[in-house]
Amino acid sequence: MMTEYVHQPDFMTGDEFSIPTFSLLCPEGELHDGAIEPALERDHARRIYQAMLATRILDERMMAAQRQGRLSFYMQCTGEEAAVVGATAALDDADMIMAQYREQGALMYRGFSIDEFMNQLFGNELDYGKGRQMPIHYGSRKLHYMTISSPLATQIPQATGYAYGQKLAGDGHCTLTFFGEGAASEGDFHAALNMASVHQVPVIFFCRNNGYAISTPAVEQFAADGIAPRAFGYHMHVIRVDGNDVLAVYEATRQARKIAVERNQPVLIEAMSYRLAAHSSSDDPSGYRSKDEEEVWRAKDPVLRLKKWLLKKQWWSEEEESTQQEALRREVLDTLKRAEKRASPPLESLISDVYADITPALQRQFDQLKRHIRRYPDAYPRGAKSLDLDVGTDTDSQGEA
Amino acid sequence: MATMNMLQAINNALDIAMAEDEKVICFGEDVGIFGGVFRATSHLQEKYGKARCFNTPLVEQGIIGFANGLAAQGSVPVAEIQFADYIFPAFDQIVNETAKFRYRSGDLFNVGGLTIRTPYGGGIAGGLYHSQSPEAYFTHTPGLKVVVPRNPYQAKGLLLAAIRDPDPVLFLEPKRLYRAAVGEVPEEDYQLPIGEAEITKEGTDITVVGWGAQMEVIGKAVELAEEQGIACEVIDLRSLLPWDADTVVESVLKTGRLVVSHEAPLTGGFAGEIAATIQERCFLYLESPIARVTGLDTPFPLVLEKEYLPDHLKIFEAIRESVNF
Repeated sequence: MMTEYVHQPDFMTGDEFSIPTFSLLCPEGELHDGAIEPALERDHARRIYQAMLATRILDERMMAAQRQGRLSFYMQCTGEEAAVVGATAALDDADMIMAQYREQGALMYRGFSIDEFMNQLFGNELDYGKGRQMPIHYGSRKLHYMTISSPLATQIPQATGYAYGQKLAGDGHCTLTFFGEGAASEGDFHAALNMASVHQVPVIFFCRNNGYAISTPAVEQFAADGIAPRAFGYHMHVIRVDGNDVLAVYEATRQARKIAVERNQPVLIEAMSYRLAAHSSSDDPSGYRSKDEEEVWRAKDPVLRLKKWLLKKQWWSEEEESTQQEALRREVLDTLKRAEKRASPPLESLISDVYADITPALQRQFDQLKRHIRRYPDAYPRGAKSLDLDVGTDTDSQGEA
Repeated sequence: MATMNMLQAINNALDIAMAEDEKVICFGEDVGIFGGVFRATSHLQEKYGKARCFNTPLVEQGIIGFANGLAAQGSVPVAEIQFADYIFPAFDQIVNETAKFRYRSGDLFNVGGLTIRTPYGGGIAGGLYHSQSPEAYFTHTPGLKVVVPRNPYQAKGLLLAAIRDPDPVLFLEPKRLYRAAVGEVPEEDYQLPIGEAEITKEGTDITVVGWGAQMEVIGKAVELAEEQGIACEVIDLRSLLPWDADTVVESVLKTGRLVVSHEAPLTGGFAGEIAATIQERCFLYLESPIARVTGLDTPFPLVLEKEYLPDHLKIFEAIRESVNF
């Protein structure tokens, strides 16, 4: 450690530094003066926009379905589509993403089908997670998207570890982990950044600073200038970016990926955005923030901003917009109807995957459960459906010694 | 065959695993060039390089979070927590992440490659924070395997099995025996089964069950009992999760009596689980109440450690009382 000795006490607070916000596109869809347009092909730009639009529509429809009582729970990405999709679009599709829970836009960009979303949301027999987790806990091995886990921030040190494995494998891939500014208060965040920096790991820490952790505003979450300055404490590359500007998010993440993959160094990105919707279907923001505040951010809508830019470039048209919107709404509704009618996962899925193989003790408990369900099938309609009820309750081995 | 103490046997197992599979990676606090505070990872960094055997920052939740991610990626991490007393910052990563990774993803992802090694137990004048036996916190967590070896031979064979097991394993090493336990250990590769108890001594009058360092203490107690003509059957559980209830049940059906001993406090201890299972499956065969000989329901003491510990005399008394019930 290099230090200069001084002979008068001089305390510092961090105010000596200020971290600017990288922005390319203004809300009117035009580039800022002096901004350089990222090298984004027409098809790529359209893929990004279509993923953002599809995410917005999925969220609207599913929130409505939740309000109709068809779905137990939902979380919207609304307002943060540019941050999530822009970051994902700058990665290689085989890079690992370890998200928090509000990043369905990443899956949408990578091609998770509406059917796949629905099967998870309804926890039916086609859900990859076998109906074990609450709605929105998606995962996809083929799309390199780690299954969501409810405990906050646990995915951040895991991303460091995953990326360390990628570095040793030498396959040229990195890991990007998403988390909120609230989750960055957890110890796991600090552990993850420190270890990534010490061990020189190709990982991108992508903070969605959306202003709120449920009801707690960012000013009650931390006293410093956001999350970005924390990178200095770990000697890590950092950039703050306008999270509602998809071009800026894309370009910042593209360059971050180069640092990660070519130099095996971690990067922290803080995307400044706003959670336009409630925290979840169980939350009501009117209790802790004003409509006026929401309106300020609604005017900065990231989907609209990209659309304006695309229209100006003549890479998108209003006709396409309405056709696409209508087609998406229809697909979501049709798929929803199919998904909610599908059967539940079979009773066996209650005990599989706890271990690679079912243990004798668990098998014993399961046999006991099956005997009980056969006795009271009406009380357990889902479980009873996958059992042969004609098997007499006393023909099963009691399993006693 | 070579003569090894438990640390040498563990070091030898890690060496074999790392030589065989380049995906095996050892890390933790002071694990690198120093070889760990107990020297279990000695010379591994010299042999396999800094990328595969290294020091981590001092952050247990980070070590296990990192290990979970590394295992999910397909590597085979062997993470060391320097003392089991310091595993609690990583409790969330172990209980909510390690244990549930496979289940919650419907087997899309798993961390089965992960092994967590940590020294546990008292008898070394370690006081509250260098003595605890936290096994029961983890045996309450489906998805984990919990393994405890009693001697160098068992340590090597069980650790190799743990590293290669398709599920995550918490490997609790009895640190009192690290250097004290010395025995014959084959130099070649071998594995011992996880989930299977071992009958270390046959007998007909009473069954005595334990694991890890407590097996040595039970051995002394049984010697005293045998002098009085009590034929004891001794069982080392070896795995606490999953645990081999059948072997204990079979033994108790024969002897009709059971003593279980562990260093951890009585209330909520794993002996309670064993007692409940055995009374359920051997109810009509029991000749006396199942006895638990354990630590007290206190934090682990220092000066009065000898009084706190379930030593051979306390176990001997429990055997005697059970037989004379």
